[in-house]
Amino acid sequence: MSATPVHPHQHEEDDCGRVLTHLNDYIDDKLSPELCAELEAHLAQCENCRVVFDTLNQTLYLVHQLRETPPELPETVAYRLFAVMNLQQFIPKKKG
Amino acid sequence: MTGIEIDLDIYPDEASLLQGLKRGDPEACACMIKQYAPRVYAIAIRMVNDRDEAEEVLQETFISACKNINRFEGRSALGTWLHRIATNAALMHLRKRKNREVSLDAPVEMYGGDDVYREVKDWAFSPDDHAMNSETRDMLEKAISELPETLRTVFILREIEGYSTEETANILGISVSAAKVRLHRARLRLRQSLAPYFIQPA
Ligand SMILES: [Zn+2]
Repeated sequence: MSATPVHPHQHEEDDCGRVLTHLNDYIDDKLSPELCAELEAHLAQCENCRVVFDTLNQTLYLVHQLRETPPELPETVAYRLFAVMNLQQFIPKKKG
Repeated sequence: MTGIEIDLDIYPDEASLLQGLKRGDPEACACMIKQYAPRVYAIAIRMVNDRDEAEEVLQETFISACKNINRFEGRSALGTWLHRIATNAALMHLRKRKNREVSLDAPVEMYGGDDVYREVKDWAFSPDDHAMNSETRDMLEKAISELPETLRTVFILREIEGYSTEETANILGISVSAAKVRLHRARLRLRQSLAPYFIQPA
């Protein structure tokens, strides 16, 4: 990966830093209308910040899907839980 | 948990399940576990990042729930109550662990851009062609598990468990502003660690 200079102009870099601090509140819809407008104006003209913003949203889009797909509970773990809770009668007997 | 032999229809709704639990019916307890154990285990494994400890958290959650069921006032859903018990049990494990070993986490209470701009190429990604396949899911879970603990706990509570920032701060016993900063950094770090998977081929 070659390091390309991200911000050619110093004054833009300051804006980018500001935008970044507010990005979180912006995503959570907690930013004042004034700051919102300022941030959106910056995003419209700064590709780097726009990419960060878009990919951040994509990251969260994927993460939110994890809510619907919990990591699997192994059957052995479930059986041991039933045993610990004195609920052995609900564990199916092993066949054979 | 397909193997457990319990008919969930014995208790047609949460109110009757709750009555059964308060009477101490073993069937009610089995129903509750069958219904909620997968989500409780999910919270546990994501929070503590360790299979054995996640199993302990799972067991502690349901032991505590059964012991304290008479204190459950029904102001929230049973699931919400269980998730909160599980979260607290998981945090207890993390605290115990911290007392055993020196934390590798640096203090993270400052806003900062640090490594955010290391990779600003756009991603080859669109929600339509990116249904959650198991490869993506595993990669995501791994990336989250690799976040430092202070960031991971805030991130999981806020983004996966769906607590508000205020609730998250409350559960963790930290200030709202600290929770915000940690969430901010967790999001940016995660974005950074997913980038290699999604960067458009040149
Ligand atoms: Zn910018």
